[in-house]
Order: sequence, then C-alpha cells, then structure tokens
Amino acid sequence: MKKEFKVISQIIQNNKRVLDIGCGDGTLMEYLKINQQNDVRGLEPKKKLVQKCIAKGLSVIEGDAEKELIQFPEKSFDYVVLSQTLQAFLNPEEVLNQLLRIGKQTIISIPNFGYWKIRLHLLFKGTMPITKNIPYDWYNTPNLHMCTIQDFVNFCNNKNIKIDKSMCLTNEKISEITKQNMKFKNIFSQLGIFLIQ
Amino acid sequence: MNNETKNLKKLIITQALELDCGKTIKDFPLAYETYGNLNKNKSNAVLVFHALTGDQFASGINPITKREGWWSYAVGPGKAIDSNKYFIICANVLGGCMGSFGPKEINPETNKIFSTTFPVITIKDIVKAQKFLIDHLGIKKLLAITGGSMGGMQVLQFASLYPNIAHSAIPIACSASHSAQNIALNELGRQAIMADPNWKKDNATPDKGLAVARMAAHITYLSKKGLQEKFGRKLQDKGSLKFSFDADFQIESYLRYQGSTFVDRFDANSYLYITRAMDYFDLEKQFNGNLSLAFKKVKSKFCVISFSSDWLYPTSENKEIVIALNACGANVGFVEINSDRGHDSFLLDVPEFLKTLSEFLNSTYNEINNEKRI
Repeated sequence: MKKEFKVISQIIQNNKRVLDIGCGDGTLMEYLKINQQNDVRGLEPKKKLVQKCIAKGLSVIEGDAEKELIQFPEKSFDYVVLSQTLQAFLNPEEVLNQLLRIGKQTIISIPNFGYWKIRLHLLFKGTMPITKNIPYDWYNTPNLHMCTIQDFVNFCNNKNIKIDKSMCLTNEKISEITKQNMKFKNIFSQLGIFLIQ
Repeated sequence: MNNETKNLKKLIITQALELDCGKTIKDFPLAYETYGNLNKNKSNAVLVFHALTGDQFASGINPITKREGWWSYAVGPGKAIDSNKYFIICANVLGGCMGSFGPKEINPETNKIFSTTFPVITIKDIVKAQKFLIDHLGIKKLLAITGGSMGGMQVLQFASLYPNIAHSAIPIACSASHSAQNIALNELGRQAIMADPNWKKDNATPDKGLAVARMAAHITYLSKKGLQEKFGRKLQDKGSLKFSFDADFQIESYLRYQGSTFVDRFDANSYLYITRAMDYFDLEKQFNGNLSLAFKKVKSKFCVISFSSDWLYPTSENKEIVIALNACGANVGFVEINSDRGHDSFLLDVPEFLKTLSEFLNSTYNEINNEKRI
C-alpha cells in the first residue's frame, strides 16, 4: 500500500464508518476493513475497478462523485476520504461541500502544484509541468483545477472550514505542516493531506 | 397444456396465506426444485427467484419442456451460482403454470379450472408463499437471494419483508416500482390474450393471443443495437421480398418462432396474473412514498446490477434502489454491466455479469464462514 494510504489509515480510528470517494481497486478500503474493522463504502466511476472491489467483497457503487454524492444523508459517515481527485472535478467547491455535509470529518489529499520541481519546470522550460504525481500533458490532463498546499489552506480559511490536521508527503517522508513551516512545505512537498470538517 | 406437472416436486402449504386482495388461501401447492446440497450448518442456501415466464427449473433440463433451465448460464455445477458449493432453491411463483397454485389448477369447490376466477396475486403474496418453503426446508438464514427482472422485484420485496433472513441480496435488472411504460407493455400483452376468441373457452386456449403477447414482450427484452446486429434486414430463406405478408424478414420469422414455442409451455391466464402482479408492484407506495423506509431494517448486503442496453428496466431505475439503500445507510454495491443484449442480458452468457455474480457470492460465502470461525 502506498505511503499516502498509510497516512490516511493512521488518521482514521478503528470501528468507524468510512466512505472512500474514487476508491479505485479498493486497496485502502480493504486495509481499513481488515485491519481497523472499519465499516467501509466506496464510490468509483470506472466499471472495471468497481467489479474488482465487488469481487473482494467491498460495497462499492459505480458512479460519478460530482452527481452521486447528493444521495448520501448528512453526517452518515465518520470519515469521507478523497485521495488526489479534488482537482479533477468540474466543480471542486461543490464536491467539497458535499463531502463536508456527508462526513463528520473529511480526509482530503491534493497533489501540490507549488512543489519546487513544478515551479522550476514552468520557469525554465516554459511548458506545462509534467511530474511523477502529475504525469499528463496539458491537452489530456484530467486535472482541471490544480492548486498548491497554500491555495487549499487559504480556501479552507476563507470558507470557515476547520483544518484539524495538515500533513505533507515528500519522497515517502511524512511531516506535519504548521503555520511556521508553511512556506517551506509549500515548496518542498509533493502531496498535502488534510483532515477537515 | 401439459398435465405432467402433477408429478413435479411440490410442497403443499397448509398454513393460511392472506393475499393482498383480501382473500385467504391454504392447502395450496408450491412447486420447487433444488440444486446442490445443503451443508451441515445450513449456511449455503441461495434462493433464486424467477422472472415472468420462468419456472423452478433454473438449471439442468426442464422435464416438461425438455429444454435447458432458464438460468443455465448462471446456475449449475461450476457456474456463478455453483451447485457444487451452494444449495440453490427455486420455486415456481404463485400464479404460475409449472405446478404451483395458479389459474390452470382445478378449483376444488367447482371442480373446474380456476381460469380467471383465480384471485389476483401480488409480488408480496408470491414472496410470502416462498417463505413457507424456506421454513419447510428448515433454513433460518439464506446466504443470498437473487433474481433478475420480476425475480429482482421479489428480491427487494423479500429483503424488505424479512430483513434478517438473507445475508446478501442481488437484485438484477429490476425496479422498485413498475413504470408506466412497463405497465403499458404488459397491458399490450394482456389485451392480445383477451382479444383471442379462444380466451375463456373451455376446450380451447388463446394461443394466438398469447403468442402475440410473447412476440411483443420479446422485443422489449432485446436492444435496438442487438436486433440490428443479429437480424438487420436479412431475409428468411429467400433471395428477395415476396410481396406478401409471410415472414420475409428473419426477425419476423424469429419472433413467430418465439411466440409459437412459448404457447406450448405457458398458460395464458398465468401470463395475465403474473404481469398484473408486476404492474401492482410498488415498494415505494408500500412505505408511503419513501423507498428507503422499505430497507430500514434490512441487514442484507446488497449488490445491485443493471445492464447498459436494458431499456425495460434501465440503469436509472436500478439506481433508484441504490439511492434508497444509501439513504438509509444500508450496505450496498452497484455496477452497470456493459452489454448490447438488452434486458435479456441477465439470462445470457455475459461474462462480466456472471463474473461479478460469482465473485460477490463467493465473497459473501467467505465472510460468513470466517465470522463463524471467530
């Protein structure tokens, strides 16, 4: 399991209800179900992946988060997880509002567009950055709304979204983001992981 | 009509069953078939519900029609619902014509065939009758309940009525309340039967009407693309149009064949009663317009399956079920299977579907057995 999922699973307490949005092949769900006795559900747009999850005995619904989140009742999950997909939605703000409505807490991870390699790529090459985390060309990228760690934190502050935890990931190394190290982390982290409500 | 159904396996239900229409029936037969063996702790039983024109012979060779069981692709040794592993039960529905209590049975009070004096039955009645069978077999918990089309409606009704019995529920290509379009199509079939001069006659059967009903219905089970690809404008055993009303086109010939073979195995009045039961099905209405209340107490883990080219019970209607289940926090998975074969996909060799069915059942089976070990 990738490091990001390790971090997310550590945030989640045992025996809680979890909804994994864009759960992929269910790796995180399966880990949470087996190791932390979480009651897990998933939403995933790709049929093949949904079938994989169902085969593993995971309750996953085929569907698009942009349209389907409305069906889940308010605060029906202890945690809603969204891993590296917020930037791919047509309307990330609306999706985020739905996540906050459904979950008592929401765990969200974003690829950091402020990462130094991305900055240098644009500065020196003058072309849209392509990295390990963001491997697409400008014309075929699913990422419509890239943001930096700083952008996301600013957004939460402006919208009165409470950030309970902010972590970041650089080359598999995890650390905490604080007010003091924010500028630094915004340059040197590849991924931000936030627990919000 | 065939009288061989007398010798089929049946349970005579001696308890009284109060029907939705207000009448009470008792001492009535329910014909059923089982596949595989019930294990020691009785934890491998799967109840399969058949669709409108199905019967208890889901697998193997149907002894009456001498044709393969209606769900042979899914049920049998080594199949998705594996009879080497599970104990599979399938009953002919109330109102049916394969040995269960239905309009072609003799009314003991009049010594005549019930015909249209048979009480109008509902999906709920159908499901309640099968619960007697489960009790009779001494099964407290079912590993799974499943079925497509009207079989799927029975899954929903059963799960709602008996929320603690099935570990898992797999409604396939169905709806929680019959749509206007589906009622309309059923009415078309019923009118075709009732327009046949032989309908309600003592020594005749409305074969023409029933055949037309079947032909019309059969079109709704396929998709436009599937029909076009299979038949297109191909002619039947001829090089050019014959300028007549014979079956020039292959599709005409195919439908006529479907109609004519259907009348050999199905009772026209059963067709009326069962389509009526489907039309009356409205689980939402049973719970005052709130479908999720229907599932509020349900403990079963659901796997809802639809097919992309099914326009009779489209994905959107299957999704209504998923939404209602989610709204009450039930345990539900959902997948739409890509297939060009329309509503009939659930009966055919659609590998992605059969794989999903097999793997979901298998995971439920493993979960239960693991729980037991703890």
